[in-house]
Amino acid sequence: MRQFLKLLFRNQLAAFGAVVLGFILVLALLVPVLPLQDPDVTATGDRFLRPFSEGHLLGTDHLGRDLLSRLLWGTRLSLAVGIAAAVIAATIGSAIGIIAGYFGGRTDNLIMRGVDMLMAFPYILLALAIVAALGPGLMNALIAVAAVNIPFFARNIRGVTVSLAGREFIDAARLAGMGHVRIILTEILPNVLPIIVIAMSTTVGWMILETAGLSFLGLGSQPPQADLGSMLGEARDAMITAPHTSIVPGVMIFLIVMSVNLLGDGVRDALDPRLKSGALSRPQAKTLVERKGAVPPATDDLLSIQDLETQFHVGKRVYRAVNKVSLSVKPGECLGVIGESGSGKSVTALSVMGLVASPPGVIAGGAVRLEGEDLLDVSYEKLRQKRGEKVAYIFQDPLATLHPLYRVGDQLAEAIQCHHKVSDAKARERALELLKAVRIPNAESRLKNYPHEMSGGMRQRVGIAMAMANDPDVIIADEPTTALDVTVQAQILALLDDLRRERGLAIIFITHDFGVVAQLCDRVAVMYAGRIVEQGPTNAVLDAPAHPYTKRLIACVPELGGGRRELAAIPGLPPVVDKLPEGCAFAPRCQKAREECQKGEIGLEGAAPRKVRCLYPEEAV
Amino acid sequence: MTVALKITDLAKTFSLGKPLFRPALPGVRAVRPMSFQVEEGETLGIVGESGCGKSTLARMLVGLLEPSVGSIEIAGKALDNADPAVFGKQIQYVFQDPISSLNPRKTIRQIMETPLKRLYGMDKAQRQERISEIFASVNLREEFLDRYPHEFSGGQAQRIGIARALAAAPRIIVLDEPVSALDVSVQAQVLNLLADLRTEFNLTYLFISHDLAVVEAVSDRVVVLYFGSVVEIGQAEHIFNAPKHPYTKLLAESAPVVGRPLTAPEQKDSELPDPLNPPPGCAFAGRCPRATELCRTDTPALRQMGEDQLAACHHPIEG
Amino acid sequence: MGSYILKRLISAIPVLLGITVIVFLIMALIPGDPATAILGSYATPENVEKINRDLGLDKPAVVRYFIWLGNMLTGDFGRSFSLNRPVLDEILERFGATLILAGTSFVLCSFLGILAGVVSAARQYGFADKAITFTVLIGISIPSFFLGMMMILLFAVNLKWLPVSGMYAIYGGGDLPDLLKHLIMPALALAAVATGVIARLSRSAMLEVLRQDFIRTARAKGVKERRVIRGHALRAAMVSIIPVLGIQAGFVLSGAVYIEIVFQWPGIGRMLVNAILQRDILLVQGGVVFVAACYVLFNIAVDVAQSMLDPRIKT
Repeated sequence: MRQFLKLLFRNQLAAFGAVVLGFILVLALLVPVLPLQDPDVTATGDRFLRPFSEGHLLGTDHLGRDLLSRLLWGTRLSLAVGIAAAVIAATIGSAIGIIAGYFGGRTDNLIMRGVDMLMAFPYILLALAIVAALGPGLMNALIAVAAVNIPFFARNIRGVTVSLAGREFIDAARLAGMGHVRIILTEILPNVLPIIVIAMSTTVGWMILETAGLSFLGLGSQPPQADLGSMLGEARDAMITAPHTSIVPGVMIFLIVMSVNLLGDGVRDALDPRLKSGALSRPQAKTLVERKGAVPPATDDLLSIQDLETQFHVGKRVYRAVNKVSLSVKPGECLGVIGESGSGKSVTALSVMGLVASPPGVIAGGAVRLEGEDLLDVSYEKLRQKRGEKVAYIFQDPLATLHPLYRVGDQLAEAIQCHHKVSDAKARERALELLKAVRIPNAESRLKNYPHEMSGGMRQRVGIAMAMANDPDVIIADEPTTALDVTVQAQILALLDDLRRERGLAIIFITHDFGVVAQLCDRVAVMYAGRIVEQGPTNAVLDAPAHPYTKRLIACVPELGGGRRELAAIPGLPPVVDKLPEGCAFAPRCQKAREECQKGEIGLEGAAPRKVRCLYPEEAV
Repeated sequence: MTVALKITDLAKTFSLGKPLFRPALPGVRAVRPMSFQVEEGETLGIVGESGCGKSTLARMLVGLLEPSVGSIEIAGKALDNADPAVFGKQIQYVFQDPISSLNPRKTIRQIMETPLKRLYGMDKAQRQERISEIFASVNLREEFLDRYPHEFSGGQAQRIGIARALAAAPRIIVLDEPVSALDVSVQAQVLNLLADLRTEFNLTYLFISHDLAVVEAVSDRVVVLYFGSVVEIGQAEHIFNAPKHPYTKLLAESAPVVGRPLTAPEQKDSELPDPLNPPPGCAFAGRCPRATELCRTDTPALRQMGEDQLAACHHPIEG
Repeated sequence: MGSYILKRLISAIPVLLGITVIVFLIMALIPGDPATAILGSYATPENVEKINRDLGLDKPAVVRYFIWLGNMLTGDFGRSFSLNRPVLDEILERFGATLILAGTSFVLCSFLGILAGVVSAARQYGFADKAITFTVLIGISIPSFFLGMMMILLFAVNLKWLPVSGMYAIYGGGDLPDLLKHLIMPALALAAVATGVIARLSRSAMLEVLRQDFIRTARAKGVKERRVIRGHALRAAMVSIIPVLGIQAGFVLSGAVYIEIVFQWPGIGRMLVNAILQRDILLVQGGVVFVAACYVLFNIAVDVAQSMLDPRIKT
């Protein structure tokens, strides 16, 4: 709760809304004790007095009633009715939504059909019909406004409940012996409550408007009782001669609704966990580069990553995802980068072409050189021209990484056409060739498929075809087979291997799987907590790992054919990269660690091609 | 040896509903009738790729899904109605995603107490004592009890998931991909813990995974599923070294192994059959190098092939 | 596609029936003797008898419903006693005016809303974004009837740029330019709230889509940023924007009631409010059913548009 309030008031607009609304609410509550004139006493001699007249701060209306008094009493009434309608609609609607969403099946079907039926009315028709039946009056307007908003809550909350009901902790609760009622009350409700609060805070302003609207039409509060809507409705006839009688209640409605909306947005942002840590920021077209220190000189490699530092700046925290990493590939070479989750391997890969989401990503140091040219220093347009043309990517989950609404043929053609001016027919022809090159059966008809119409393996072949579209020099494959079944994985790996041999491609292959590295890569670099801890030719590293982490990680991997056995494990957890320990990041989990391992900087040393970052390596390199 | 779990002709068909103006669709047969049994204290591995029906099978076993046909017997007693509260004391479930299996708005203590309260009606002191015992067994510190799930890493959360399953004191635990969301270095910690607990509490495991090496390392016997059917059952130490069914062989050869050169295993096609329109005969025939006309018309039955090994194949691999 | 449209039209039948049932049930809520309640001060014995006969009040509710439904299907919506003419004639005459007003507003708010949302998302936290966010906040907080009144004060009364109200000038009007002049203010006042809602939603839909993996893929291919935003991202965002356009069409139609009153626009909304105040129940019933049915058909068009955009929807 305290955290929620802190988040809420850090948002200046929300705080402003809260202050304005708070002020209005306090006024509305104090109305009965304030020294106001009777709002309903008419004095036709004093009609349409202008604001700041003697005894009438805001003037008087067409019957000479004091506007200030009517305004405050009206505000009190409008707020009460609007909030009551919101509470009623939220309670009934949420209950319906939770029941429909939790039980699903026929119950859901029946309830939601009814809700759809109600939503088939433009809302005011339903409200008008209800008021027509019950007769004009504030209470009936309240009922009408609440009733037309029930379907909104029901549908909204049902959606949330359905996704919750499919979550594993609900299954777990059933297995723990809970009944339906208890599950709804203790497992579902606490999780949907924030959503209900969000829905209410974003609609209460709307409901105040709607009740004011019905009163404006003369269907809500009846004379002489005034709410803001009826004040505005009565003032309409004199709008031209005495505009202040309209402006006063109109501005009050505006202020109330605006402050409620501001506060509601603030509540939503504070309660919605996705919005914390700025996750909803739009990633820029290119990762932000803010290099400190000198840029390393060029080398003669095809692609070289030099002392790269990529960080995530979230609030005051700095996550050092990639910490002075250097890698390079030559034409036709396959370099494996292996590590566990959070080791920085993917961020390294994405940094090459400026694809790390920014914000929060920042490249804080080092260089990425393609044929000697520093890619971190070029303009966005120059970098774009190299993306896909010189360096192409293959990503992990091909369902998420292909555009769901474009045919695969069009996506392939686009890859070609954004770098080369070729006709649509030519691009299509080339797309077909590419699909054939990645051995997709019936390639011709597959061009017209959408990604969701293909299997995972086929989609990844399309992903590979797209990377090959412009005959790039380097392909960066970021866990391309992790989401696939083993039998499919074997085929994709074989395909990649063939392509690289046929075309002399350089590949940087990111993975967490030693088996894959061993089969595909010439050299391997092992990453831990944002740094390379060991690198060298694949066979050498796998046969005789020098870093204790590499050695013990390999031992953890069960291998087929070993039979039933106790598995080796590494105790503890990898460090979080915003609080890296001094010295070797692995030291807290290492059996061989000594005092000096946790002091100062430990270099990546050894005779080329092998290097290791360890004071007491398992093997001399 | 006593039989801990026996399933007979268990099957699940998901109906697709009846379209307007057309006859009802036949439905998707996620699990075709299958029978096997698990002995007390045994770990039975269940492997298969996506779409093989392993999760559907698991959910039926713990009562979260009602079988279309067939029966489940635990320790000789039939469980015919799918009431998780009845199943709960007999058989428990450990989920794939450890974080999502814990309610984000409950403390670990509340999560742990639920099965003790609901299934066994224990009072507060008894619950505290029991939780302490269990936490000691899974190497978790008791100070974790008052924290919320998001404060834990995947490995820790999975230990909590295991602890919750143990709290129901079941005879059998279904482990549905319990380590596939974890990093290798943590995966081994959890697997070893599971092995220790099995001995300590004399548990029977059904261990579901797509990772052959992991299944082999923890199981006594292994069931291989393909497209909703059992294609092979055998001892863990033999089944991948000497597979009888061509699919088992394909699986074993596909797993990337250090020191084996990269070759795409021999097969014609990598696609699963269309579940809405399954072919007659053996579901694997379309991908199988040994398939004949017989395979495309007749569904092979599971039959004995060598000691302790069964396979459903017309042309099993000899030797 | 043809069969999908047909399927959706068929599935609309139960919805339309449901609408008539709901309207019928609500009208059954009228307390006391319906005929006197309906007629109020018009409750002469002849009128009471006529209403009782028109509504078939001597028969059970189910029978009454089917008689009413049957009559409507043959185009007989009954007779309005306050206007003394057939309900359907009055509705058809008024509906054109509402359609012009609401249709213009809907086109305006869709176009402006999506444009503002996309610009806002593409320049997140920039000046354009802040300016749009601020304008939108005012737009969704100001009651449309108040906005309309203020517009009249400013543009018609003070600046005398535009006519105060009505659909056509009383003398010498009636052509298209005259209509447009009368249409500008009410259409803008009516579009304000919906534009704001659509702009906000488009902005968040765009921001959500821009974080997706397939946007990263497009960038990795080297697609120009302009095309990433206007092509890849907007197209994917439209999947969540289009259903909201359907909902907002309902809000525009609803808001038209207020705007028609403020601007003296001779539409169906003004007719309904007057009918309620006159307790002309047959006119209310007929108007509500008619407009709701049109809205259902409009929503089918929205669904069809959605299925054309998103191939994942089974047609």
